[in-house]
Amino acid sequence: MADALRWQIGTVAEIEQETPRAKTFTIALPEWMAHRAGMHYDIRLTAPDGYQTQRSYSIASEPERQGIVELTVERIEGGEVSPYLHDVVQKGDQLELRGPIGGYFIWDIALGGPLLLVGGGSGVVPLMAMIRHRVAARSSIQTRLLYSVRSPDDVLYTNELQMLQDHGEGVEVVYTYTRQAPAGWTGYRRRIDRSMLKDITSQMEAGLRPYVCGPTLLVEAAANNLLELGIAAERIRTERFGPTGT
Amino acid sequence: MGERLVSRGFFGRRRQPEQAGRIPPGQYLVDDWPVLSAGPTPRTRLDQWRFTIEGLVRQPVSWSWEEFLKLPSKTYVVDISCATKWTKLDMKWQGVSVDTLIQAVQLDPRAAFITAYSYGGYTTNLPIPDLVNDQAFIAYQADGKPLTPEHGGPARLVVPHLYFWKSAKWIQGFRLEEREQLGFWETLGYHRRGDPWKEERYSGD
Amino acid sequence: MDEQDGDVNRALMLDGNAAGGMLYDLFTAEMTAAPTECASCGRTGEIGTLLAFTQAPGLVLRCPSCENTVVRIVRTGEFTYLDARGAVYLRIAR
Repeated sequence: MADALRWQIGTVAEIEQETPRAKTFTIALPEWMAHRAGMHYDIRLTAPDGYQTQRSYSIASEPERQGIVELTVERIEGGEVSPYLHDVVQKGDQLELRGPIGGYFIWDIALGGPLLLVGGGSGVVPLMAMIRHRVAARSSIQTRLLYSVRSPDDVLYTNELQMLQDHGEGVEVVYTYTRQAPAGWTGYRRRIDRSMLKDITSQMEAGLRPYVCGPTLLVEAAANNLLELGIAAERIRTERFGPTGT
Repeated sequence: MGERLVSRGFFGRRRQPEQAGRIPPGQYLVDDWPVLSAGPTPRTRLDQWRFTIEGLVRQPVSWSWEEFLKLPSKTYVVDISCATKWTKLDMKWQGVSVDTLIQAVQLDPRAAFITAYSYGGYTTNLPIPDLVNDQAFIAYQADGKPLTPEHGGPARLVVPHLYFWKSAKWIQGFRLEEREQLGFWETLGYHRRGDPWKEERYSGD
Repeated sequence: MDEQDGDVNRALMLDGNAAGGMLYDLFTAEMTAAPTECASCGRTGEIGTLLAFTQAPGLVLRCPSCENTVVRIVRTGEFTYLDARGAVYLRIAR
Protein backbone atom coordinates (compact mmCIF):
# COMPACT_ATOMS: atom_id res chain seq x y z
CA MET A 1 0.00 0.00 0.00
CA ALA A 2 1.66 3.21 -1.14
CA ASP A 3 1.55 6.15 1.22
CA ALA A 4 0.43 9.29 -0.52
CA LEU A 5 3.48 11.20 -1.74
CA ARG A 6 2.93 14.83 -0.97
CA TRP A 7 4.96 17.90 -1.65
CA GLN A 8 6.54 19.01 1.58
CA ILE A 9 8.74 21.90 2.52
CA GLY A 10 12.21 20.89 3.61
CA THR A 11 14.91 23.05 5.12
CA VAL A 12 18.49 23.06 3.91
CA ALA A 13 20.49 22.05 6.97
CA GLU A 14 23.90 21.75 5.38
CA ILE A 15 25.63 22.38 2.05
CA GLU A 16 28.92 20.70 1.25
CA GLN A 17 31.09 21.35 -1.79
CA GLU A 18 32.09 17.85 -2.86
CA THR A 19 34.01 18.82 -6.00
CA PRO A 20 34.34 22.06 -7.99
CA ARG A 21 31.10 21.21 -9.78
CA ALA A 22 29.11 19.24 -7.25
CA LYS A 23 27.44 20.07 -3.96
CA THR A 24 25.62 17.91 -1.46
CA PHE A 25 22.53 19.41 0.13
CA THR A 26 21.38 17.95 3.43
CA ILE A 27 17.68 18.65 3.69
CA ALA A 28 15.61 18.16 6.83
CA LEU A 29 12.14 16.90 6.02
CA PRO A 30 9.18 17.28 8.37
CA GLU A 31 7.50 14.25 6.79
CA TRP A 32 10.60 12.17 6.24
CA MET A 33 9.87 8.61 5.23
CA ALA A 34 12.43 5.82 5.14
CA HIS A 35 13.58 5.34 1.56
CA ARG A 36 15.44 2.48 -0.06
CA ALA A 37 18.84 3.14 -1.56
CA GLY A 38 18.48 4.04 -5.24
CA MET A 39 15.35 6.14 -4.88
CA HIS A 40 15.11 9.84 -5.64
CA TYR A 41 13.31 13.00 -4.63
CA ASP A 42 11.77 15.60 -6.93
CA ILE A 43 12.56 19.24 -6.16
CA ARG A 44 10.07 21.86 -7.32
CA LEU A 45 10.89 25.53 -7.67
CA THR A 46 8.28 28.29 -7.91
CA ALA A 47 8.97 31.81 -9.17
CA PRO A 48 7.07 34.82 -7.78
CA ASP A 49 4.88 34.90 -10.93
CA GLY A 50 3.84 31.28 -10.38
CA TYR A 51 6.15 29.70 -12.94
CA GLN A 52 7.24 26.25 -11.77
CA THR A 53 9.79 23.70 -12.76
CA GLN A 54 11.02 20.50 -11.18
CA ARG A 55 13.90 18.04 -11.36
CA SER A 56 14.68 14.64 -9.88
CA TYR A 57 17.78 14.04 -7.74
CA SER A 58 18.95 10.69 -6.42
CA ILE A 59 19.25 10.29 -2.68
CA ALA A 60 22.88 9.96 -1.61
CA SER A 61 22.22 9.20 2.04
CA GLU A 62 21.31 5.88 3.61
CA PRO A 63 17.82 5.30 5.10
CA GLU A 64 19.44 4.65 8.46
CA ARG A 65 20.03 8.42 8.71
CA GLN A 66 16.55 9.47 9.66
CA GLY A 67 14.82 12.78 9.23
CA ILE A 68 17.06 14.06 6.45
CA VAL A 69 18.04 13.29 2.90
CA GLU A 70 21.31 14.16 1.21
CA LEU A 71 21.07 15.08 -2.45
CA THR A 72 24.28 15.49 -4.43
CA VAL A 73 23.74 17.84 -7.34
CA GLU A 74 26.08 18.49 -10.24
CA ARG A 75 26.00 22.06 -11.52
CA ILE A 76 24.98 21.98 -15.19
CA GLU A 77 26.10 25.04 -17.13
CA GLY A 78 23.04 26.63 -18.72
CA GLY A 79 20.66 24.54 -16.66
CA GLU A 80 17.60 25.97 -14.99
CA VAL A 81 17.63 24.31 -11.57
CA SER A 82 21.16 23.20 -10.71
CA PRO A 83 22.69 26.69 -11.13
CA TYR A 84 19.96 28.02 -8.83
CA LEU A 85 20.70 25.36 -6.21
CA HIS A 86 24.43 26.00 -6.44
CA ASP A 87 24.52 29.77 -6.77
CA VAL A 88 21.53 30.98 -4.76
CA VAL A 89 20.43 28.44 -2.17
CA GLN A 90 21.92 28.83 1.31
CA LYS A 91 21.69 27.00 4.62
CA GLY A 92 18.31 27.70 6.15
CA ASP A 93 16.53 28.10 2.82
CA GLN A 94 13.39 26.11 2.17
CA LEU A 95 12.85 23.79 -0.79
CA GLU A 96 9.76 21.92 -1.92
CA LEU A 97 10.39 18.19 -2.21
CA ARG A 98 8.37 15.12 -3.03
CA GLY A 99 9.42 11.56 -2.47
CA PRO A 100 10.95 9.12 -2.01
CA ILE A 101 10.24 7.89 -5.54
CA GLY A 102 11.27 4.61 -7.10
CA GLY A 103 10.92 0.88 -6.66
CA TYR A 104 12.82 -0.76 -9.45
CA PHE A 105 16.29 0.75 -9.17
CA ILE A 106 16.68 0.00 -5.49
CA TRP A 107 18.87 -2.20 -3.33
CA ASP A 108 18.88 -3.19 0.26
CA ILE A 109 20.71 -5.91 2.09
CA ALA A 110 17.66 -8.17 2.02
CA LEU A 111 18.19 -8.48 -1.75
CA GLY A 112 21.65 -9.89 -1.15
CA GLY A 113 24.66 -9.86 -3.41
CA PRO A 114 27.38 -9.90 -4.44
CA LEU A 115 26.83 -6.31 -5.45
CA LEU A 116 28.41 -4.85 -8.59
CA LEU A 117 27.91 -1.11 -8.82
CA VAL A 118 28.82 0.56 -12.11
CA GLY A 119 28.64 4.33 -12.09
CA GLY A 120 29.57 7.12 -14.48
CA GLY A 121 29.87 10.70 -13.27
CA SER A 122 26.93 11.69 -11.06
CA GLY A 123 25.50 8.19 -11.60
CA VAL A 124 27.51 7.24 -8.53
CA VAL A 125 25.08 9.10 -6.26
CA PRO A 126 22.39 6.40 -5.85
CA LEU A 127 25.13 3.77 -5.78
CA MET A 128 26.70 5.61 -2.86
CA ALA A 129 23.40 5.39 -1.01
CA MET A 130 23.57 1.63 -1.53
CA ILE A 131 27.13 1.49 -0.19
CA ARG A 132 26.27 3.66 2.81
CA HIS A 133 23.26 1.50 3.59
CA ARG A 134 25.39 -1.64 3.38
CA VAL A 135 27.89 -0.17 5.83
CA ALA A 136 25.23 1.15 8.21
CA ALA A 137 23.53 -2.23 8.22
CA ARG A 138 26.90 -3.85 9.00
CA SER A 139 26.55 -6.21 6.10
CA SER A 140 29.47 -8.17 4.70
CA ILE A 141 28.03 -8.62 1.22
CA GLN A 142 30.83 -8.47 -1.33
CA THR A 143 30.59 -5.05 -2.98
CA ARG A 144 32.57 -3.63 -5.84
CA LEU A 145 32.13 -0.18 -7.35
CA LEU A 146 33.45 0.55 -10.84
CA TYR A 147 33.46 4.34 -11.06
CA SER A 148 34.09 6.14 -14.33
CA VAL A 149 35.01 9.82 -14.20
CA ARG A 150 36.65 12.33 -16.50
CA SER A 151 39.32 13.53 -14.09
CA PRO A 152 40.29 13.46 -10.38
CA ASP A 153 38.35 16.73 -9.88
CA ASP A 154 35.16 14.91 -10.70
CA VAL A 155 35.40 12.13 -8.12
CA LEU A 156 32.60 12.35 -5.56
CA TYR A 157 33.00 11.08 -1.99
CA THR A 158 36.74 10.48 -2.49
CA ASN A 159 37.67 10.48 1.19
CA GLU A 160 34.79 8.34 2.28
CA LEU A 161 35.42 5.77 -0.41
CA GLN A 162 39.10 5.73 0.50
CA MET A 163 38.29 5.15 4.15
CA LEU A 164 35.96 2.31 3.30
CA GLN A 165 38.67 0.61 1.32
CA ASP A 166 41.34 1.23 3.95
CA HIS A 167 39.27 -0.14 6.80
CA GLY A 168 38.55 -3.40 5.05
CA GLU A 169 34.79 -3.01 5.05
CA GLY A 170 34.61 -5.35 2.09
CA VAL A 171 33.86 -2.53 -0.33
CA GLU A 172 36.28 -2.19 -3.22
CA VAL A 173 36.42 0.76 -5.57
CA VAL A 174 37.94 0.65 -9.03
CA TYR A 175 38.32 3.97 -10.81
CA THR A 176 38.65 4.60 -14.49
CA TYR A 177 39.61 8.06 -15.72
CA THR A 178 38.48 8.90 -19.22
CA ARG A 179 40.13 12.28 -19.77
CA GLN A 180 42.84 12.88 -17.22
CA ALA A 181 44.19 10.53 -14.57
CA PRO A 182 46.01 11.46 -11.35
CA ALA A 183 49.81 11.69 -11.53
CA GLY A 184 51.39 8.27 -11.40
CA TRP A 185 48.09 6.47 -12.04
CA THR A 186 48.56 2.88 -13.12
CA GLY A 187 44.90 1.91 -13.29
CA TYR A 188 42.29 2.14 -16.03
CA ARG A 189 42.30 5.13 -18.34
CA ARG A 190 39.41 4.56 -20.70
CA ARG A 191 35.66 4.24 -21.02
CA ILE A 192 34.09 1.21 -19.43
CA ASP A 193 34.19 -1.72 -21.83
CA ARG A 194 33.68 -5.43 -21.87
CA SER A 195 37.21 -6.37 -20.99
CA MET A 196 37.19 -4.08 -17.97
CA LEU A 197 33.92 -5.54 -16.75
CA LYS A 198 35.23 -9.03 -17.36
CA ASP A 199 38.25 -8.33 -15.14
CA ILE A 200 36.03 -6.97 -12.40
CA THR A 201 33.34 -9.61 -12.46
CA SER A 202 35.78 -12.49 -12.71
CA GLN A 203 36.94 -11.70 -9.19
CA MET A 204 33.44 -11.79 -7.77
CA GLU A 205 31.38 -14.65 -6.45
CA ALA A 206 28.49 -16.09 -8.40
CA GLY A 207 25.01 -14.60 -8.34
CA LEU A 208 26.07 -11.06 -9.21
CA ARG A 209 23.58 -8.21 -8.79
CA PRO A 210 24.67 -5.39 -11.08
CA TYR A 211 23.36 -1.83 -10.76
CA VAL A 212 24.40 0.53 -13.54
CA CYS A 213 23.79 4.27 -13.37
CA GLY A 214 25.06 7.35 -15.19
CA PRO A 215 24.98 8.90 -18.66
CA THR A 216 22.58 7.02 -20.92
CA LEU A 217 25.19 5.92 -23.44
CA LEU A 218 27.48 4.61 -20.70
CA VAL A 219 24.62 2.71 -19.07
CA GLU A 220 23.53 1.08 -22.31
CA ALA A 221 27.05 0.08 -23.27
CA ALA A 222 27.83 -1.37 -19.83
CA ALA A 223 24.52 -3.23 -19.60
CA ASN A 224 25.14 -4.77 -23.02
CA ASN A 225 28.65 -5.76 -21.97
CA LEU A 226 27.28 -7.48 -18.88
CA LEU A 227 24.77 -9.38 -21.00
CA GLU A 228 27.59 -10.51 -23.26
CA LEU A 229 29.46 -11.72 -20.18
CA GLY A 230 26.56 -14.01 -19.44
CA ILE A 231 24.69 -12.13 -16.74
CA ALA A 232 20.93 -12.61 -17.00
CA ALA A 233 19.04 -9.55 -18.22
CA GLU A 234 16.57 -9.67 -15.30
CA ARG A 235 19.39 -9.32 -12.78
CA ILE A 236 20.85 -6.15 -14.31
CA ARG A 237 19.24 -2.97 -13.03
CA THR A 238 19.81 0.30 -14.81
CA GLU A 239 19.09 3.98 -14.38
CA ARG A 240 19.85 6.38 -17.21
CA PHE A 241 20.73 9.93 -16.26
CA GLY A 242 20.62 11.43 -19.75
CA PRO A 243 23.54 13.25 -21.35
CA THR A 244 26.77 14.06 -19.57
CA GLY A 245 26.67 17.35 -17.74
CA THR A 246 29.23 19.56 -19.36
CA MET B 1 -0.08 21.01 2.56
CA GLY B 2 -0.32 24.74 3.43
CA GLU B 3 0.35 27.63 1.06
CA ARG B 4 2.55 27.24 -1.91
CA LEU B 5 6.22 28.00 -1.29
CA VAL B 6 7.86 30.65 -3.46
CA SER B 7 11.50 29.69 -3.90
CA ARG B 8 13.68 32.55 -2.69
CA GLY B 9 15.62 34.08 -5.57
CA PHE B 10 14.23 31.84 -8.29
CA PHE B 11 12.91 33.45 -11.44
CA GLY B 12 13.06 30.78 -14.12
CA ARG B 13 13.64 31.70 -17.71
CA ARG B 14 12.77 35.25 -18.61
CA ARG B 15 11.52 36.78 -21.81
CA GLN B 16 13.78 39.47 -23.30
CA PRO B 17 11.73 42.69 -23.16
CA GLU B 18 13.21 44.18 -26.36
CA GLN B 19 12.05 41.22 -28.38
CA ALA B 20 8.68 40.95 -26.69
CA GLY B 21 6.71 41.80 -29.80
CA ARG B 22 8.17 38.91 -31.75
CA ILE B 23 7.73 36.27 -29.09
CA PRO B 24 4.33 34.57 -28.84
CA PRO B 25 2.59 34.65 -25.45
CA GLY B 26 3.92 32.23 -22.84
CA GLN B 27 7.17 31.61 -24.71
CA TYR B 28 10.77 32.40 -23.79
CA LEU B 29 13.74 33.04 -26.01
CA VAL B 30 16.58 30.59 -26.47
CA ASP B 31 19.91 30.91 -28.27
CA ASP B 32 20.68 27.23 -28.52
CA TRP B 33 18.45 24.68 -30.24
CA PRO B 34 16.88 22.20 -27.81
CA VAL B 35 16.52 18.62 -28.96
CA LEU B 36 13.10 17.18 -28.25
CA SER B 37 11.91 13.85 -29.43
CA ALA B 38 9.18 11.30 -28.89
CA GLY B 39 11.41 8.45 -29.92
CA PRO B 40 14.81 7.25 -31.03
CA THR B 41 16.45 8.82 -34.07
CA PRO B 42 15.48 6.95 -37.21
CA ARG B 43 18.44 6.12 -39.39
CA THR B 44 17.46 6.26 -43.03
CA ARG B 45 20.06 5.67 -45.67
CA LEU B 46 20.01 8.37 -48.32
CA ASP B 47 19.92 5.78 -51.07
CA GLN B 48 16.70 4.45 -49.56
CA TRP B 49 15.14 7.79 -48.61
CA ARG B 50 11.99 8.84 -50.42
CA PHE B 51 9.45 11.60 -50.03
CA THR B 52 5.96 10.64 -51.21
CA ILE B 53 2.68 12.45 -51.72
CA GLU B 54 -0.25 10.04 -51.76
CA GLY B 55 -3.87 9.62 -50.71
CA LEU B 56 -6.54 11.76 -52.39
CA VAL B 57 -4.39 12.57 -55.43
CA ARG B 58 -4.82 11.37 -58.96
CA GLN B 59 -1.39 9.68 -58.92
CA PRO B 60 0.98 9.35 -55.98
CA VAL B 61 4.34 10.98 -56.61
CA SER B 62 7.64 10.12 -55.01
CA TRP B 63 11.14 11.63 -55.04
CA SER B 64 14.43 9.99 -54.23
CA TRP B 65 17.06 11.99 -52.33
CA GLU B 66 18.89 12.81 -55.55
CA GLU B 67 15.69 13.92 -57.25
CA PHE B 68 14.66 15.92 -54.22
CA LEU B 69 17.90 17.89 -54.14
CA LYS B 70 17.37 18.86 -57.77
CA LEU B 71 14.09 20.58 -56.96
CA PRO B 72 14.15 24.40 -56.71
CA SER B 73 14.98 25.36 -53.14
CA LYS B 74 15.56 28.59 -51.28
CA THR B 75 16.70 30.10 -48.03
CA TYR B 76 14.13 30.85 -45.38
CA VAL B 77 14.74 32.95 -42.26
CA VAL B 78 11.95 32.35 -39.79
CA ASP B 79 11.03 32.34 -36.11
CA ILE B 80 10.02 29.02 -34.57
CA SER B 81 8.10 28.28 -31.39
CA CYS B 82 7.86 24.97 -29.58
CA ALA B 83 4.88 24.15 -27.38
CA THR B 84 7.32 23.41 -24.58
CA LYS B 85 7.70 27.20 -24.54
CA TRP B 86 10.97 27.99 -26.22
CA THR B 87 11.20 30.28 -29.24
CA LYS B 88 14.09 30.82 -31.62
CA LEU B 89 14.23 33.93 -33.74
CA ASP B 90 15.72 34.34 -37.20
CA MET B 91 16.54 30.74 -37.84
CA LYS B 92 18.01 30.13 -41.27
CA TRP B 93 16.94 27.13 -43.30
CA GLN B 94 17.41 25.81 -46.82
CA GLY B 95 14.56 23.84 -48.28
CA VAL B 96 11.96 23.12 -50.90
CA SER B 97 8.64 24.93 -50.67
CA VAL B 98 5.67 22.65 -50.10
CA ASP B 99 4.05 24.51 -53.04
CA THR B 100 6.69 23.04 -55.34
CA LEU B 101 5.83 19.55 -54.15
CA ILE B 102 2.05 19.94 -54.19
CA GLN B 103 2.20 21.31 -57.70
CA ALA B 104 3.62 17.98 -58.83
CA VAL B 105 0.37 16.19 -57.95
CA GLN B 106 -3.22 16.64 -58.94
CA LEU B 107 -5.38 16.95 -55.86
CA ASP B 108 -8.70 15.22 -55.69
CA PRO B 109 -11.36 17.89 -55.07
CA ARG B 110 -12.24 16.17 -51.77
CA ALA B 111 -8.73 16.62 -50.37
CA ALA B 112 -8.82 19.10 -47.50
CA PHE B 113 -6.26 17.89 -44.95
CA ILE B 114 -2.77 16.47 -44.89
CA THR B 115 -1.26 13.93 -42.57
CA ALA B 116 2.48 14.46 -42.55
CA TYR B 117 4.17 11.19 -41.65
CA SER B 118 7.74 10.46 -40.68
CA TYR B 119 10.31 7.72 -40.59
CA GLY B 120 10.01 6.30 -37.07
CA GLY B 121 6.21 6.54 -37.01
CA TYR B 122 5.49 10.14 -36.02
CA THR B 123 2.48 11.86 -37.57
CA THR B 124 0.89 15.28 -37.43
CA ASN B 125 -2.15 16.75 -39.19
CA LEU B 126 -2.59 20.06 -41.02
CA PRO B 127 -5.27 21.66 -43.15
CA ILE B 128 -4.01 22.24 -46.72
CA PRO B 129 -4.26 26.06 -46.45
CA ASP B 130 -1.62 26.00 -43.68
CA LEU B 131 0.91 24.30 -45.91
CA VAL B 132 0.65 26.26 -49.13
CA ASN B 133 1.40 29.85 -50.26
CA ASP B 134 5.00 29.50 -49.17
CA GLN B 135 4.07 29.02 -45.52
CA ALA B 136 5.87 25.68 -45.25
CA PHE B 137 8.88 23.91 -46.66
CA ILE B 138 10.83 20.67 -46.48
CA ALA B 139 14.21 21.64 -45.06
CA TYR B 140 17.49 19.80 -45.43
CA GLN B 141 19.82 22.48 -44.07
CA ALA B 142 19.66 24.50 -40.89
CA ASP B 143 22.00 27.36 -40.01
CA GLY B 144 23.93 26.70 -43.20
CA LYS B 145 24.75 23.07 -42.39
CA PRO B 146 23.12 19.77 -43.33
CA LEU B 147 20.29 19.00 -40.97
CA THR B 148 21.61 16.68 -38.26
CA PRO B 149 19.69 13.48 -37.43
CA GLU B 150 18.77 14.64 -33.92
CA HIS B 151 17.07 17.69 -35.41
CA GLY B 152 15.20 15.72 -38.02
CA GLY B 153 17.74 15.12 -40.76
CA PRO B 154 18.10 14.30 -43.57
CA ALA B 155 14.89 16.30 -44.14
CA ARG B 156 12.05 17.64 -42.06
CA LEU B 157 8.89 19.63 -42.56
CA VAL B 158 9.01 23.19 -41.26
CA VAL B 159 5.78 25.12 -40.65
CA PRO B 160 6.97 28.24 -38.81
CA HIS B 161 3.59 29.84 -38.18
CA LEU B 162 2.39 26.90 -36.05
CA TYR B 163 3.84 25.28 -32.93
CA PHE B 164 6.89 23.26 -33.81
CA TRP B 165 5.33 19.84 -33.15
CA LYS B 166 3.68 20.37 -36.54
CA SER B 167 7.13 20.54 -38.16
CA ALA B 168 7.56 16.80 -38.49
CA LYS B 169 11.13 15.57 -38.27
CA TRP B 170 12.40 12.76 -40.49
CA ILE B 171 9.61 13.50 -42.94
CA GLN B 172 8.65 10.66 -45.22
CA GLY B 173 5.51 11.88 -46.94
CA PHE B 174 2.13 13.57 -47.07
CA ARG B 175 -1.18 11.78 -47.21
CA LEU B 176 -4.04 13.84 -48.61
CA GLU B 177 -7.36 13.25 -46.83
CA GLU B 178 -10.94 14.39 -46.83
CA ARG B 179 -11.29 14.32 -43.06
CA GLU B 180 -8.70 15.47 -40.58
CA GLN B 181 -6.87 12.55 -38.96
CA LEU B 182 -5.34 13.70 -35.70
CA GLY B 183 -1.65 12.91 -35.36
CA PHE B 184 0.66 11.65 -32.62
CA TRP B 185 0.26 14.53 -30.17
CA GLU B 186 -3.13 15.73 -31.39
CA THR B 187 -4.74 12.44 -30.37
CA LEU B 188 -3.45 12.91 -26.85
CA GLY B 189 -4.68 16.37 -25.93
CA TYR B 190 -2.77 18.73 -28.19
CA HIS B 191 -4.61 21.29 -30.26
CA ARG B 192 -5.60 20.28 -33.78
CA ARG B 193 -4.18 23.48 -35.30
CA GLY B 194 -1.59 24.91 -32.90
CA ASP B 195 -1.34 28.66 -33.51
CA PRO B 196 1.25 30.05 -31.05
CA TRP B 197 -0.20 33.56 -31.23
CA LYS B 198 -3.49 32.24 -29.92
CA GLU B 199 -1.67 29.90 -27.50
CA GLU B 200 -3.40 26.92 -29.04
CA ARG B 201 -1.34 24.31 -27.23
CA TYR B 202 -4.04 21.99 -25.93
CA SER B 203 -7.35 20.89 -27.40
CA GLY B 204 -9.38 22.96 -24.97
CA ASP B 205 -7.53 26.19 -25.77
CA MET C 1 32.50 10.42 -18.93
CA ASP C 2 33.30 12.09 -22.24
CA GLU C 3 30.64 13.31 -24.62
CA GLN C 4 29.76 10.44 -26.87
CA ASP C 5 30.15 10.76 -30.58
CA GLY C 6 26.94 9.88 -32.35
CA ASP C 7 23.44 10.12 -31.18
CA VAL C 8 22.55 13.28 -29.28
CA ASN C 9 18.95 12.21 -29.19
CA ARG C 10 19.75 8.84 -27.65
CA ALA C 11 22.03 10.46 -25.07
CA LEU C 12 19.03 12.49 -23.88
CA MET C 13 16.93 9.40 -23.44
CA LEU C 14 16.05 8.33 -19.93
CA ASP C 15 14.11 5.36 -18.61
CA GLY C 16 10.96 4.60 -16.68
CA ASN C 17 12.68 5.55 -13.42
CA ALA C 18 12.42 9.18 -14.49
CA ALA C 19 8.66 8.84 -14.90
CA GLY C 20 8.23 7.61 -11.33
CA GLY C 21 6.85 10.88 -9.97
CA MET C 22 4.46 11.46 -12.87
CA LEU C 23 3.19 7.88 -12.74
CA TYR C 24 2.70 8.18 -9.00
CA ASP C 25 0.57 11.28 -9.62
CA LEU C 26 -1.57 9.34 -12.05
CA PHE C 27 -2.03 6.06 -10.23
CA THR C 28 -1.28 6.93 -6.60
CA ALA C 29 1.09 3.99 -6.64
CA GLU C 30 4.75 3.22 -7.21
CA MET C 31 4.89 2.11 -10.84
CA THR C 32 8.56 1.77 -11.76
CA ALA C 33 8.77 -1.77 -10.36
CA ALA C 34 5.43 -2.78 -11.89
CA PRO C 35 5.69 -5.41 -14.62
CA THR C 36 4.26 -4.73 -18.05
CA GLU C 37 4.14 -6.42 -21.43
CA CYS C 38 4.75 -4.75 -24.80
CA ALA C 39 1.70 -5.14 -27.03
CA SER C 40 3.91 -5.00 -30.12
CA CYS C 41 6.57 -7.61 -29.41
CA GLY C 42 5.58 -9.28 -26.16
CA ARG C 43 8.68 -8.31 -24.19
CA THR C 44 8.01 -8.23 -20.46
CA GLY C 45 9.82 -6.14 -17.87
CA GLU C 46 9.42 -3.52 -15.17
CA ILE C 47 8.26 -0.05 -16.18
CA GLY C 48 11.61 1.22 -14.91
CA THR C 49 13.25 -0.57 -17.84
CA LEU C 50 11.23 1.19 -20.54
CA LEU C 51 12.98 3.85 -22.59
CA ALA C 52 11.67 7.31 -21.68
CA PHE C 53 11.51 10.37 -23.89
CA THR C 54 10.82 13.24 -21.56
CA GLN C 55 12.09 16.18 -23.59
CA ALA C 56 8.94 16.33 -25.64
CA PRO C 57 5.44 17.79 -25.58
CA GLY C 58 4.55 14.75 -23.45
CA LEU C 59 6.11 11.66 -21.91
CA VAL C 60 6.65 8.66 -24.17
CA LEU C 61 7.69 5.27 -22.78
CA ARG C 62 8.96 2.77 -25.34
CA CYS C 63 9.88 -0.88 -25.34
CA PRO C 64 13.66 -1.32 -25.08
CA SER C 65 13.40 -4.34 -27.33
CA CYS C 66 11.31 -3.17 -30.32
CA GLU C 67 11.21 0.60 -29.56
CA ASN C 68 7.47 0.81 -30.14
CA THR C 69 5.44 3.11 -27.93
CA VAL C 70 4.11 1.44 -24.79
CA VAL C 71 2.66 4.40 -22.90
CA ARG C 72 2.11 8.09 -23.72
CA ILE C 73 1.13 10.75 -21.22
CA VAL C 74 0.27 14.39 -21.82
CA ARG C 75 -0.49 16.85 -19.03
CA THR C 76 -2.44 19.86 -20.24
CA GLY C 77 -3.46 22.67 -17.91
CA GLU C 78 -6.43 20.77 -16.55
CA PHE C 79 -6.18 17.16 -17.61
CA THR C 80 -3.89 14.21 -17.96
CA TYR C 81 -4.25 12.16 -21.13
CA LEU C 82 -3.07 8.57 -21.02
CA ASP C 83 -2.62 6.23 -23.96
CA ALA C 84 -1.58 2.76 -22.81
CA ARG C 85 -2.58 0.86 -25.95
CA GLY C 86 1.06 -0.15 -26.43
CA ALA C 87 0.94 -2.14 -23.19
CA VAL C 88 -0.94 -5.39 -22.88
CA TYR C 89 -1.75 -4.31 -19.33
CA LEU C 90 -0.74 -1.91 -16.60
CA ARG C 91 -0.60 -3.35 -13.11
CA ILE C 92 -1.31 -0.90 -10.33
CA ALA C 93 -0.76 -1.80 -6.68
CA ARG C 94 -3.68 -1.16 -4.37
